[in-house]
Amino acid sequence: MSYITKSPWIIHYDGSSCNGCDIEVLACLTPLYDLERFGIVNTGNPKHADVFIITGGINELNRPIVKNTYEQMPDPKVVVAVGICATSGGVFRDCYNILGGVDKVIPVDVYVPDARPDPSPSLTASSRPWVFSKRNGQRWQRKGGEIIND
Amino acid sequence: MITEIIFAVGFIILAPFIGALIGGIDRKVTARMQGRVGPPVLQPLYDIFKLFEKEKAVVRNEVNFYIFSYLIFVVFTGALFFSGSDILLVIFALTLAHAFLILGAYAAVSPYSHIGGAERELLQLMAVEPMLILTAAGFYMATGSFSVKDIAFWPEPIFMTIPLLFVGIVYVLTIKLRKSPFDLATSHHAHQELVKGLTTEFAGPTLGMVEIAHLYETVFFLGLVWLFFASMPWLGLLVVIVSISLRYS
Repeated sequence: MSYITKSPWIIHYDGSSCNGCDIEVLACLTPLYDLERFGIVNTGNPKHADVFIITGGINELNRPIVKNTYEQMPDPKVVVAVGICATSGGVFRDCYNILGGVDKVIPVDVYVPDARPDPSPSLTASSRPWVFSKRNGQRWQRKGGEIIND
Repeated sequence: MITEIIFAVGFIILAPFIGALIGGIDRKVTARMQGRVGPPVLQPLYDIFKLFEKEKAVVRNEVNFYIFSYLIFVVFTGALFFSGSDILLVIFALTLAHAFLILGAYAAVSPYSHIGGAERELLQLMAVEPMLILTAAGFYMATGSFSVKDIAFWPEPIFMTIPLLFVGIVYVLTIKLRKSPFDLATSHHAHQELVKGLTTEFAGPTLGMVEIAHLYETVFFLGLVWLFFASMPWLGLLVVIVSISLRYS
């Protein structure tokens, strides 16, 4: 059995978001939702992390940061785009400085397309890829474009 | 000779599980006190198994050598201690193990692991070592022998002879078990800090080796605390549990 499903450590990066999704992700770590009961720990160090959670769209300034963080994470790794801005750019997609969603820079495995998602779907999303790899009975594989709807 | 080998092998096999259980219960109790469910009790073991599933990403190959030496010497320390060997040799082996850990952090060329980890760990090591040497000297003055075996079979609790050294060791335990506020070399509790101290540049199996060494070290230090009450094993166990819950709180 793959132990990676039992202890996914997350790193959270807030792109050019309005902080709505950012706060919801952090709410998952509070005692009410308690992500630690799934063995999830907020690491803040890409070299220790397994799940990369990004909120907010990608602009010219944070593009190299997102790319660099992703490249520093050792395989196997999963990218979760939380919120509609991280999914496609959202209402800001036509702004001159916004490139679009996270998938413009790095491959995204799970989208949580909600304007300010509840902690519960983003919680589902961060544990979902691991569930998928379990069902297939094989080591983790990237599942591009998995869409989670509440 | 046979019993000594059995004790050493028993330590090598059982210590990671005991250490992981202590860590898991710590996380569970912390979670319950904060009104959370908390991770499974075996979570530290899951974390380590996961780290060995990850990619072997390392800054420089020397890092793996140093960290592997750290693990080997920590195991060596504990095995010597539990087989009743010379306590001075035990302490020197532990110092050597930590020297390897610091070298590992220096070998990963990064300001985070230099300033945030290696230098802080070096300072902590310098603070702890005199206390450990003093304890060994105290054991010698109380029993007339440096051998852990002779100390363990001393007819009365050595705590009665050298109570202040016991207080010192329990205090030093905070640093050695990397508990707040002396966890600054690894920031064990502050997961969200970017500067993860010594372990900043370690990924996957390398970090896994550091974690395993930490489990061995935990059990070794509990053995050292128990040695103060070796003539009354159950009282010793009680003291170990009390001192560890003080340290983990």
